[in-house]
Amino acid sequence: MDQKTLRQMEKHCIQEEAPACRSACPLHVDVRTFVLQVGKGKWNDAWKTLNKTLPFPGILGRICDHPCEDSCLRSTLGGGIRMGELEKTCVNQPKPRIRVIPIPKKSESMAVVGESLSSLVAALELLRKGYDVTLFSSLDKLGGSLWALPDETLPKDVLEKELVILHTLGLKVEKKKMGKGLLAPLQEAFSAVYLGLDSPNGARMAQEKKPLDKTFALGNDGVFAGGTCDEHGHLSPVHQSFQGRAAALSMERFTQKVSLVEGRRDEGPHPTRLFTNIEEIEPLPGVLPVHGEKGYTIDEARAEAKRCIQCQCLECLKVCPYLDYYKGYPKRYAREIYNNAAIVMGNHTANLMVNTCSLCGLCREICPENFSMADLCLDARRDLVQRDKMPPSAHEFALQDMAFSNSEPFLLARHAPNRETSRCVFFPGCQLSGSNPEHVIQTYSFLRNNWAEDTGLMLQCCAAPAHWSGNEAKTKEAMSLLEKNWQKMGEPRMILACSSCLDMFRRYLPRIDVISLWQVMDRCELPVDAAKPVDAAKNPMALHDPCTSRHDPQLQEAVRRIAATLGIPIQELEFSREKTECCGFGGLMENANPALAQKQLERRTAESDLDYLAYCAMCRESLKGAGKPTAHLLDFIFPQATVGADPAARVKTGLSDSRENRARLKRDLLDQVWNETPETGTESMLHILPEVQATLDQRRILHSDIRETIAHGEETGHKMQSQVNGHFLASHRPLMVTFWVEYSLAENGYHIYNSYCHRMQIIRENP
Amino acid sequence: MITNLGIGENTEWKCFSCDALLKLDKVRIDYMNGSFTVELPCCPECGMALVPEEIALGKMLEVEKLLEDK
Repeated sequence: MDQKTLRQMEKHCIQEEAPACRSACPLHVDVRTFVLQVGKGKWNDAWKTLNKTLPFPGILGRICDHPCEDSCLRSTLGGGIRMGELEKTCVNQPKPRIRVIPIPKKSESMAVVGESLSSLVAALELLRKGYDVTLFSSLDKLGGSLWALPDETLPKDVLEKELVILHTLGLKVEKKKMGKGLLAPLQEAFSAVYLGLDSPNGARMAQEKKPLDKTFALGNDGVFAGGTCDEHGHLSPVHQSFQGRAAALSMERFTQKVSLVEGRRDEGPHPTRLFTNIEEIEPLPGVLPVHGEKGYTIDEARAEAKRCIQCQCLECLKVCPYLDYYKGYPKRYAREIYNNAAIVMGNHTANLMVNTCSLCGLCREICPENFSMADLCLDARRDLVQRDKMPPSAHEFALQDMAFSNSEPFLLARHAPNRETSRCVFFPGCQLSGSNPEHVIQTYSFLRNNWAEDTGLMLQCCAAPAHWSGNEAKTKEAMSLLEKNWQKMGEPRMILACSSCLDMFRRYLPRIDVISLWQVMDRCELPVDAAKPVDAAKNPMALHDPCTSRHDPQLQEAVRRIAATLGIPIQELEFSREKTECCGFGGLMENANPALAQKQLERRTAESDLDYLAYCAMCRESLKGAGKPTAHLLDFIFPQATVGADPAARVKTGLSDSRENRARLKRDLLDQVWNETPETGTESMLHILPEVQATLDQRRILHSDIRETIAHGEETGHKMQSQVNGHFLASHRPLMVTFWVEYSLAENGYHIYNSYCHRMQIIRENP
Repeated sequence: MITNLGIGENTEWKCFSCDALLKLDKVRIDYMNGSFTVELPCCPECGMALVPEEIALGKMLEVEKLLEDK
């Protein structure tokens, strides 16, 4: 990802956009922070916040006409936060010491005409930029009409004190009546000139010319003007101040000979893109000051400030435990991921973040600006793989599992028995085959009997693990194997049981005609004994759509119609269809970050007390593994006597079982469908207690790893023996991982007590 | 430099083929671009080393993850 792509991506996340109050304020006061500080009674901090953006905060804090109040999102929920009153309360508190950082002096000098607010602000801004500033006024005192304000609004001593800063910064004042004839000499003597139209001198010199928007230039000869009235002829203190400030910036740009207009789109009031969800905000009326015009007491101000919603977006974090976990928001994550890729030496601290995203795409659905964390993370994964920086442990198990599915023990492509061609081919995918091989056999038989007799069968992996891991080479390799087998089968229509497979076919092999198994079944008469465990199905079930079906409404509808035909009452989850949530397996989340996948599952399973109904085998296994009774739709279409009355209670299929089921499926199919009895080797029996098996699954240690390790120990004699219980301990490193197995001999195999593994390799230098 | 994994003498396991009790010895462990010398219980005869479970799942795992993110 280059800088430009990063910027484009960042733009889609609006969390850092200004809230409505700040963007409505011409001076962009950080109202949200200020109100938060007031709510906490942190008056010094609140003062400093005002001081950052308000020129003369003691003055403006008392007379600001607060346009922010009308734009406040509380407006319709009890009234906008009374920022004007809060500002007054704050500036009535003792002013904290605020350090003024001295600015190096610049050689240019600027002229400011007028003594009213806009001129004072222009002068202050120019002084702060380091210019030599001379202010021309026909009056004795700076401040103009500010002196006419009643003491209750703006005490005279406050006004006097607030203007001291101008003199501290070196303002020169010349008392002089100015007229139009004096403009040319001023232009001659100064680098740029400001005319305060809210002062008699300035207005006279402007000769009724109006300044341009944004730049406040009167022409193109270095004369600028501000302090105009609004369309009703009123002077707004906050607009006067803004115009003085904006003109000062133009004067600086004019002297520096740079563009007056570049990059100023968001100066002054502007619409904000920040989205804040106020659906669940309760109305709360504004606090009225007990002492009327005297304003708020401290407690009243704090109570009013606490009504603030503290506008922010974070819509995606509300629905995604992963995005929430890293305590930021997508824009920040994008920057972290960009920096992670740029590291040459040192730790890549965002690798885990990159690999944890389930790529489910919910954030994009929820985000008002369609930010896609999935696109960001998948790109970053591809980049890590390309640069050989992908942590091997992140996806290795899944990729090996994919390699297994694409190897002899599972790989199969056959026409129906006694057929030479296939109009359609059933493609169950790895997960259904691993989870419930009997269902694959039953479904295949059903399709031949009810859809098309010449339905062939392909057992293979769709390459989703390689795609999710960002490994483009492995994805391409697996896809070309898939395409080759499809061509060998005569380029038939593919019937896919898994929505991840569907997604992969559509993404990488768009020329292949694919249809979901559920859309096929929806058009068939379901088996007569379907929904036998219907007693269980009389209870409503919550339907879980897999995240890869998010943009497939036809598939989702077909599933709902099948459930209705089976008589299963469906409860829609709050997050379903295009807003469905991942089961924690998608994007190999569970491989890279099991703890966060668990959080994802906890959120999903807590959405309903009902048993869940899934139609993706992986979702079914994940949800069940998290303790949620979950049935698969095929459990009701092909009820299995072995499962018992409640298919939602069927135990989760472990990793070893999933692999063994796939191998067994191929053998059983060859045997039962094609009458070929495959050769089967006899394997030693492993006796493993359920709690030990759970540990093995959690550590991703397969029975095949255990058998290999024991075989190695037994053949070489390289094993240890416990002096406590006589158990053996053998180790073996077939490839990248060293496995250790604690076992003892049993009559027809081995008792397994424990197994663990590590990736570091032991090298004996002087054995 | 020897990295201390905090392993004490092992009294449970002995080497089956040499029938010898394991003794702490220096062993090199490698992963990706990292290489460390550590003390592990080893057979004094054939040199076979034992990586106890708590080390494999504890310190070793930590170091593996650090090296993977280098």
